[in-house]
Amino acid sequence: MGKFLLPLIFAVAFGLPAKAQDQVLTVYTYESFTADWGPGPKVKQKFEETCSCTVNFVAVADGVALLSRLKLEGQSSQADVVLGLDTNLAGEAKATGLFEPHGLDTGAISVPGGYRDDVFIPYDYGHFAVLYDTETMKTPPASLKDLVEGDASRKIVIQDPRTSTPGLGLLLWVKAVYGEDAGEAWSKLRQRVLTVTPGWSEAYGLFTKGEVPMVLSYTTSPAYHMVAEDNARYQAAAFAEGHYIQIEVAGLVTMSRQKELAKEFLRFMMSPAFQDIIPTTNWMMPAGETAEPLPPAFDRLVKPAKTFLMDPAEVAANRQAWIDEWLTAMSER
Amino acid sequence: MGNILEAPEIRLDAVELTLGATRFRLDCRIPAGAITAVAGPSGAGKSTLLNLIAGFETPTNGRVLFDEKDVTPLHPSERPVSLVFQDNNLFGHLDVFTNVALGVRPSLRRLGPPEREAVSAALVHVGLAGMEHRLPPSLSGGERQRVAFARVLVRRKPVLLMDEPFAALDPGLRLDMASLLSQLHRETGSTVVIVTHDPEELRRLSTHVLFMDRANILLQEPTADFLSHTDMPMVSQFLAG
Amino acid sequence: MLTTAERRTAIGTGLSAFAALVVFVALAVYALFRPDLPPSQTSFWTPYTMRVLRFTLLQAGLSTLLSIGLAVPVALALARRPRFPGRLWILRLMAVPMGLPALVAALGLITVWGTQGMVNDLLLGFGLDEPVNIYGLGGILLAHVFFNLPLACRLMVASLDRLPGEYWMLAAQLGMKPAVIFLRIEWPALSRILPGIGTLIFMLCATSFTLVLVLGGGPAATTLEVAIYQALRFDFDPARAMTLALLQIGVTAVVLAVLSLLPAAEEASVTTGRRSRRLDGRGTASVIWDAVMICCATLMLLLPLGAIVWAGVRADLTGLLTSTAFRQALATSTMVALSSSIAALLLSVAIIGARLTVRETKTPGKPLLALSAALGTAPLLVLLVPPVVLGTGWFLLLRPLASGSSLTAGLVVSINTLMALPFVIRVLEPAMQEHRRKTGRLTASLGISGWARIWRIDRPALIRPALLALSFAMSLSLGDLGAVALFASNDFVTLPWHLYSRLSSYRTADADGLALLLGALCLVLTLIGTSGYERRGNSHG
Repeated sequence: MGKFLLPLIFAVAFGLPAKAQDQVLTVYTYESFTADWGPGPKVKQKFEETCSCTVNFVAVADGVALLSRLKLEGQSSQADVVLGLDTNLAGEAKATGLFEPHGLDTGAISVPGGYRDDVFIPYDYGHFAVLYDTETMKTPPASLKDLVEGDASRKIVIQDPRTSTPGLGLLLWVKAVYGEDAGEAWSKLRQRVLTVTPGWSEAYGLFTKGEVPMVLSYTTSPAYHMVAEDNARYQAAAFAEGHYIQIEVAGLVTMSRQKELAKEFLRFMMSPAFQDIIPTTNWMMPAGETAEPLPPAFDRLVKPAKTFLMDPAEVAANRQAWIDEWLTAMSER
Repeated sequence: MGNILEAPEIRLDAVELTLGATRFRLDCRIPAGAITAVAGPSGAGKSTLLNLIAGFETPTNGRVLFDEKDVTPLHPSERPVSLVFQDNNLFGHLDVFTNVALGVRPSLRRLGPPEREAVSAALVHVGLAGMEHRLPPSLSGGERQRVAFARVLVRRKPVLLMDEPFAALDPGLRLDMASLLSQLHRETGSTVVIVTHDPEELRRLSTHVLFMDRANILLQEPTADFLSHTDMPMVSQFLAG
Repeated sequence: MLTTAERRTAIGTGLSAFAALVVFVALAVYALFRPDLPPSQTSFWTPYTMRVLRFTLLQAGLSTLLSIGLAVPVALALARRPRFPGRLWILRLMAVPMGLPALVAALGLITVWGTQGMVNDLLLGFGLDEPVNIYGLGGILLAHVFFNLPLACRLMVASLDRLPGEYWMLAAQLGMKPAVIFLRIEWPALSRILPGIGTLIFMLCATSFTLVLVLGGGPAATTLEVAIYQALRFDFDPARAMTLALLQIGVTAVVLAVLSLLPAAEEASVTTGRRSRRLDGRGTASVIWDAVMICCATLMLLLPLGAIVWAGVRADLTGLLTSTAFRQALATSTMVALSSSIAALLLSVAIIGARLTVRETKTPGKPLLALSAALGTAPLLVLLVPPVVLGTGWFLLLRPLASGSSLTAGLVVSINTLMALPFVIRVLEPAMQEHRRKTGRLTASLGISGWARIWRIDRPALIRPALLALSFAMSLSLGDLGAVALFASNDFVTLPWHLYSRLSSYRTADADGLALLLGALCLVLTLIGTSGYERRGNSHG
């Protein structure tokens, strides 16, 4: 019985041939990009109107999984374009040798902190921020220092830098502000941390369930609640030191057989047609010009006075040491 | 083994009981110190009759009397009764000795030398000398029933209720067990009620018969009279096997 | 009582099933150790690894002890009260946690036990000024008890209900006190299945991931599974991930080996006796104790589930139910759950069949005995290979051959099959064993074999346990999220995946609604799995 079972399952599963079409652009991205409510469907429709091609999205869980997937596939990857890595992953992604310089004019794109790269093109960005529940918290911390040293009974949920990008973002944020004293800052902040979740979804779930008055998220998160739910309850706290930025980027894959089409897609990505879709579907700030003004709720978002962004190479070189520092500080009893 | 207590006459006095859709109305006398067979088609309520006597069922109306003593409100453990089922008389994970010893002292305390001796003597009596440390799964069906008999002996209760005790055994073994029962009965003189499907067993063992059908007692009479009641189709059908 | 040919077939089939398991796991491991992948960057035997290992064992051990220790009085109470109001529904509800993704259950638990939860509201109402904080080891244990006490309880009640009715009549007649009944009747029955349940729960807790992180309060609560996930997903260090996985398997195998040295209780041979209602526990104190036990366990189960329902009904359920995305996810999940549970059932039957055959063999010899032991533990150890490791390994192997949703479907089905195997075996083995004992000689003497035996003899007797096992396996597969994380494709979305993706784009209300629907689906499956038990439970002895 057993001897036939597994092969049988596989035979059934793989017997179905993939649909073949000429002029297919394969874009690797993350899942929430391609969800019904994400930018994917509109992007696909808009681009297909102009290119006489078919866009095929392959979606994985998140940006981190995207990079792992590429490393797994290596030279045999089917991807033409990879969309959804962030600047912290960019260094490692480049090191795989799977990306080549795009050679495009990126003048239309500008992000705070001035990130510019010959391989990766930003398409949107957001700043990490501490969100607070206005119903239970009247005076949010006004700075990272406030957060670290404030009332320990007012808790926050953060994400684990070992398993999530916002978690890594906060780690770098604290490092950028405190430098050598980051370990000490974490020891203090630990008193305020209710728990550390593996990913953004778990933390945000705890926050919206009312379990905790603060969560680490993005400056753009309140926009969703204000636009989609007409609810101004959740707001981001502006930190005096400035905010760490997350920039999402796309790149051209070396093995692509349709580089012209891929470049056409990257050009389209920088155009208002694509950028218009981003704010209210991906809930991030567009990296380029939009044809239409952003919804008024975006005017109410925190606009960081200063943007932190570390050199990806520096992040790659020190990540493990910084995580160890974080672990030590956070595990004290 | 000698006489234990005075073996009582058992009386069911206008006992009523409803189980599911079945309404029992039972009224009978079971003579003291005799072996009474309970017979009748399956579903007639024979096991329920035993359960009422043993105290596993409580009547909604009427009384169960041992001689003149009303035992209706008594818990099964407070009635002077021993039971033997067709199967599962022994706890499968306890050895033969412990299974019998439970009849002397159901608590966890250790037995004293006289009690241990009584257990071993009872095992010798039923022909299982030296089998103290065997586990029930390693015994034959007949041996398991013998262990149950040994427990009955050490319990020294004046009433013995048996629910088809030999039905699972093959015919030769049934004969042996029946003669063991007769022998034990001669020695103890207890009041025995035995449910049986086997007309041979009824002839061989009992002096009285209760014949039941559909939750009622149709006949209660000496075995000889019952055997001649062939004018009743149900009886002749039963006797035909 | 099998012919030589039948014995050979039974052992051969079991061996093939076993080989398929081993090959499936070994190939995944091999793929991840391939030389063209980057070698591990970081040193392995660090204090960090040791700390993580220690914590993994500590929390898994404590969770197992607590789950079982608390399940025993509840199971005893439920078994003692076959007519307790709503008993069948309580037992059915106990199947629901298993089908819930860990995060959903965690959020439900927090509604009850969290800093702003019901328990704290109550305590604050009584004048306590600081909320009780469950985050830490306490929260982890709470969550693991929530998941595993019901599992242990269901298996224990099933085993107690299998005891022959004569036992209770004898106990009543002999005047056994409750303590004696426990030590002489109930405990021997439970102790036979406790090692099995214990190892199952230990392994489920050892590999716990989301619950440990969310409720653990910080990185001091880190299991090996977290480290494996980090190594594979975040650091992309397959060699390290594999080494950690092997460490997890090795250490747990040692724990299991030690457990197996405990004297195993003698398998009691009982025939299915008469049904009888329980005659013990008539005293008021006993009734109150049992009622309190059952009510506490039910509340512990019901409150978080109620929180999930309460949050769920406020979502736009009609909108969710009618959306194409939901229906596709439902279809995908059903397909995966059905195929993986049927596969797990077939594999289990093969494995159990072989084990029983070896057991019946008069002089089995060492190789056969070793095979039987391997067949007993292999399906359990499979639980320890993290799904993400299996998935990644097979993804690497099969990449050149296939792609897209077909690849994902095949992998997810296979991995879910493996995950369900230990549960299915737990449910099926006692039933198959009893069935063999009852019918083995008879079928042999009548010369019934092959399909005739399966259809006429085995099917009627084993259909109910098989349904129960299927419902276990399907619930498990419905709640699974881990297997798809790395290679999900947009046209292969399961229900938990769908739920997570809504959660990860701010749609918490939708996610609440989906959690409710997922829980309801599990309950429906359990209804199917336990159909027919009602009549048995209420029959008169």
